Amino acid sequence: MLQNSALTPEIEEWRGTIRQHALDCGLDFFEVIYELVDYDEMNMIAAYGGFPVRYPHWRWGMQFEALQKQYSYGLAKIYELVINNDPCYAYLMRCNPLVDQKLVMSHVYGHSDFFKNNSWFSHTNRKMVDTISNHAVRIRRHIDEHGQDAVEEFIDVCLSLENLIDPHLPYFSARAASPEVDQEDTSSGKPATRIPARPYMEVFVNPPEVLAREKEEILNRAEDTQKFPEHEERDVLRFLLHHGQLRRWQRDVLSIIREEAYYFIPQGMTKIMNEGWASFWHSRMMTRKILDSSEVVDYADHHSGTLCCSPGSVNPYKVGIELFRDIEQRWDSGRHGKAWESCEDLHGKTEWDDGKRRGMEKIFEVRKSHNDITFIDEFLTEDFCDQHKLFNYRYDRQMGQYVLDGRDFATIKRTFLDQLSNCGRPRIHVEDGNYCNRGELLLQHVWSGTPLKLDYARRTLENLYRVWGRPVHIETQIDGKTKILGYNGSRHDERTNA
Amino acid sequence: MRKIDPDTNRFRNIVRGKIRENLKQYISQGEMLARQGKNVVSVPLPQIDIPNFRFGSTDQDGVGLGEGEEGQPIGGEQALPGPEAGDQPGEHILEVDVSLEELAEILGEELELPRIEPRGTESIEVEKDRYTGIHRSGPESLRHFRRTFKAALRRQIASGSYDVKNPKVIPFREDRRYRSWNTKKVPQSNAVIIYMMDVSGSMGTEQKDIVRIESFWLDTWLRSQYKNLETRYIIHDAQAKLVDSHTFFHVRESGGTKISSAYNMAKDLIQKEFSPQEWNIYPFHFSDGDNWGGDDTAQCLKLLEEDLIPASNVFCYGQVKSAYGSGQFIKDLREGVGQNDKMLLSEINSREEILPSIKTFLRKGC
Repeated sequence: MLQNSALTPEIEEWRGTIRQHALDCGLDFFEVIYELVDYDEMNMIAAYGGFPVRYPHWRWGMQFEALQKQYSYGLAKIYELVINNDPCYAYLMRCNPLVDQKLVMSHVYGHSDFFKNNSWFSHTNRKMVDTISNHAVRIRRHIDEHGQDAVEEFIDVCLSLENLIDPHLPYFSARAASPEVDQEDTSSGKPATRIPARPYMEVFVNPPEVLAREKEEILNRAEDTQKFPEHEERDVLRFLLHHGQLRRWQRDVLSIIREEAYYFIPQGMTKIMNEGWASFWHSRMMTRKILDSSEVVDYADHHSGTLCCSPGSVNPYKVGIELFRDIEQRWDSGRHGKAWESCEDLHGKTEWDDGKRRGMEKIFEVRKSHNDITFIDEFLTEDFCDQHKLFNYRYDRQMGQYVLDGRDFATIKRTFLDQLSNCGRPRIHVEDGNYCNRGELLLQHVWSGTPLKLDYARRTLENLYRVWGRPVHIETQIDGKTKILGYNGSRHDERTNA
Repeated sequence: MRKIDPDTNRFRNIVRGKIRENLKQYISQGEMLARQGKNVVSVPLPQIDIPNFRFGSTDQDGVGLGEGEEGQPIGGEQALPGPEAGDQPGEHILEVDVSLEELAEILGEELELPRIEPRGTESIEVEKDRYTGIHRSGPESLRHFRRTFKAALRRQIASGSYDVKNPKVIPFREDRRYRSWNTKKVPQSNAVIIYMMDVSGSMGTEQKDIVRIESFWLDTWLRSQYKNLETRYIIHDAQAKLVDSHTFFHVRESGGTKISSAYNMAKDLIQKEFSPQEWNIYPFHFSDGDNWGGDDTAQCLKLLEEDLIPASNVFCYGQVKSAYGSGQFIKDLREGVGQNDKMLLSEINSREEILPSIKTFLRKGC
């Protein structure tokens, strides 16, 4: 079906040229393998989340249909698709004109560099293409054994809980590395630290009262740690994997969903930076090196198309590229740091230039160590907000729509960071795996000021129950009061905390 | 077959499950159905959204970018126009377009309608010649130059007489290739629907709506079965008139009712335009069952028995309940021609009965 995905000689030649330009710019990327595909293959791969092979599931079909329709009605088309893998795989649309292929190839080298060097990607699986097709094989095997309906239904259950993972877990490798947690140690209650000694020395080396005291201490400690889990567990999926009432194949499905969720999470954490970085480089390479004069108009049209903003949402491409450009400029002229900030002379500010030209160095440093939250936190300045007309909005209940709320820098920044925190999802952890001492599960929604969507929360609890096998609860706030929502397999309830 | 097709089919089946559940209420709400452009009906269907713990959308503030004053409403929450596939399901309703063919299929499945067979054994098959074949002999006017040239070239290369430096290709007699025809039998599948409606004073808006909705679905089903579907619309009170579809559904006359006038007109129409040998003929007549007294009903029965029923695949009569009509006509038909297999009668008392009525009319599949 993939008829011939090899590049045409013309594109192949440009690939070499662009690759060399990218290297000259200082980009350090995984090798990129480009494939030329038709629009429906492109849509198919996009529907599969970028991978050529996935396990059978209706949602790929749903996404595919949506993409096909968008494409055929001319509403949207996918320009670029790139997978974080070593080597990187990227897809070019066969019907695109050459100028678009050049743009996409330059853009993709930016992404590939980002994947390779940004530290938030450092723990991602670089052989994910293989891993994901292995997942497909495993799930197909379960389907053969248990039927498509059963497996698909359980996948839906898992997907409902998919976002209950700890985005920072991969960076604490000690915890991540040991998936099989030993819970045995503390409960054994073995005797206190008795030091071997000759019988006549025994009372002196191991005084009985000390031993008794130590033993008591250990018992006390054991009682303290009876809390289960010992610490709040943000990786709810792992907790369910170990302690949920699951059959073997279900456990395998859940572990697959969890692994894929972890793979995708750095992309959610660095959306603005990643797109900004790639756009920064495609723009620079295209305008300085690659473009033919006959292509300028088309390029400008497509470039502005990717950066355009609809009101009421922030286009990550736009914010990202402008921030990188802003950083480059500020560090080129030394417009940062204490001296700059405390300067109150307007003329001095407009003329400010320390001549150090450290901009390029700085943006490479930024792309290495930041994620979207720290990026916005550190580099979104008041000047930038003014220049790019950022505002914050809220929902006006009377008007029944979103209205512009203001242009106060502090508020904008706080709202922006709120939006980005935990990838815009509620923060939820396992509070108690033995709630009410009845083996029930209590999750805790860490209150950040925004309530949960309650109908969804209730239906999610139903799915959680399927995995946990005993009644499940979540503590959250509703109308300013702390409430516990519960589901016991047949009935929902809602009560205030006892 | 694409790799993703099984997933797409699965999704469609889930969605169709939804359509099926909604089908009944959906048929009785005619305004949901509109023909848009070319044969496409837009059925808004929710995208399947797996529940998870998420924030209520309207409770969340956000950051935007652009011009505007404080308090000014901003454009709706629209998906980002980016060149990359979004990974966030939008808060939108996905418009799943269902083509009329698909809709008919769903209808067929739901109502367990049989596919309509071509007319019996005596069905007309038309022979069509298509110039798709190649022969070694034929008139010079049909010589296929490229094939001939290729055959000659192949022969010359095989025999070693082809000279690269002097690439002359000379076809011999046996190299010549000619276009020729293949005869195909194409089953004749022309069909005509003749809609007849009583528009006398007693047929109110509700009655016409019922007729309209039912006609839409009949039309949809028959269109899926026949490539070439003609429709004719006849309205009648005491006189019959041939009208276009817009008039058919919107006109409101008043006056007496003489059903035979419509039947006469249908008979003429069939004689003039639609020979029963070549056409599948489906007359549908809707009325509130109130006919002029005297011998008009007898005349109708005579017309049906002698002309209309023999010429038609089936003759369908749907009687819509009305506050004014006596509803006598269907009883007369039942007595007169009720035993005839090709005469289908149905009473439609309310919107809910549209579905069973369609079933009655189309079940036979003839």
